Amino acid sequence: MARTRFRSDSGLTLRMGGVSLGLGALYVAFGALLLTQTSLGAFGIVIVLGLAWGQWYFSDSLALKSMGAKIVEPEQAPELHAMIDRLCALADMPKPRVAVAVTDMPNAFATGRTPKHSSVCVTTGIMQRLDADELEGVLAHELSHVANRDVTVMTVASSLGLLAGFITRWGMYAGNIFGSRNNKNSGAVFLVVFLVSMVVYFVSFILTRALSRYRELSADRSGAYLTGRPSKLSSALVKISGEMARIPNKDLREGQAISAFFFAPAINREAIGALMSTHPPLQQRLDQLAAVSAELSEQG
Amino acid sequence: MGLFDSLLGRSTPPEANLDALFAVPQAALSLQADGFTPTGSGAVCYRPTEGGAFSGTEDEIEKLVATGGGPRIERSVDRFGFRWLTVTRTDTDISGLVTDLHAINSSLADAGFGSALLCSTVIFHTSEQKPFALVYLYKRGTFYPFAPLADDRRDNALELQVRGVVGKDVTVESDLSKWLAIWGAPGLG
Repeated sequence: MARTRFRSDSGLTLRMGGVSLGLGALYVAFGALLLTQTSLGAFGIVIVLGLAWGQWYFSDSLALKSMGAKIVEPEQAPELHAMIDRLCALADMPKPRVAVAVTDMPNAFATGRTPKHSSVCVTTGIMQRLDADELEGVLAHELSHVANRDVTVMTVASSLGLLAGFITRWGMYAGNIFGSRNNKNSGAVFLVVFLVSMVVYFVSFILTRALSRYRELSADRSGAYLTGRPSKLSSALVKISGEMARIPNKDLREGQAISAFFFAPAINREAIGALMSTHPPLQQRLDQLAAVSAELSEQG
Repeated sequence: MGLFDSLLGRSTPPEANLDALFAVPQAALSLQADGFTPTGSGAVCYRPTEGGAFSGTEDEIEKLVATGGGPRIERSVDRFGFRWLTVTRTDTDISGLVTDLHAINSSLADAGFGSALLCSTVIFHTSEQKPFALVYLYKRGTFYPFAPLADDRRDNALELQVRGVVGKDVTVESDLSKWLAIWGAPGLG
């Protein structure tokens, strides 16, 4: 009987499940409050879900456009295509469209609503800095994002948090929209909705960021098992983060907006602490990859 | 890989399907009837995993297949970092060749590296001595022909002709976009 060396990290799965349940409960409560207590809450929910759906449905073309990336055909980038062809054959997944962005910032990202409608994009900067094995590690990480349906997961995870964010930001001007059903306690109800929105926005923001970090760790893990070379992904990460630190802040933030799949455009990005970060700290990622590497070299 | 696994971020490389390879001798008979000749050479292609466990497994495989004056076995690496173990039999016995290839892939799978298997090739010649391969995709359990020409081009006419010949004997990959080009595969010129 063939055995597999893949071990899923039950701690990580558990934390991810916990965060998802927390978000779900938060959104159900928030949605119930809007539906029962306000006159136009349902309208707001429909609008935001529509926006989120649009963002999800057009995620690949939106992301490619904002990075100025161009789809490349096999004739234009034969080596890159061949590398992705082989990884897709190993993982038995549909081949995503391949795009290249001409920018010196070393980065790569994957977007798209389903594995069949997805794109993987690399920048010319990352192709210059990494050798073939490291680039393959990065591509395997991105393909794992596709296989894990991370765009869908993060869109759903951030949907109602988006609405809470809008109410927090613009609610003051549109108080009557979210006012009470019967006009008696309109002001008081609005105040409650406003305060609750603020709390929901804050909590959902922290939770979605945590979910994003867990999904990065998952993609690292799946990608490392796919190529069988976790150390190459580690060295790519070290190279890229060293380079990233030298890039001006503006570019760095643009890169983060991409990597977070645009899940919260209303977010103020000035406070980027550990809790707020979309990606786990480098050391945590390297530690996990070292553990995978040790596991793969176990005898017997 | 289920939807649930992907939602929980546990998508794993799929395991290889090893048994369908034993349909090759039947396909070889059909090909021979159409004027193609087996060369007695074939290969297993896989992604080498880092670490001692994997290289230990590779060494054992070479010993296992080459015992008792067995076939010639060669290790090579293509330009994408994939490893090829090429088995060459002088007697052009296809059943024996398939058994050797199966010994390689099942040893890898038994050691826990089944997900590293990419494909297997069995090399044939046309009547003009042009080489082409019947390629087996481990993850899909399907076959397709691969006939390279110079400058990374493919002889699609020959490939489609071969598809017609072996269509009844083996499961041919129906999605043409999965007909992976394996440039630099050993034995293909």
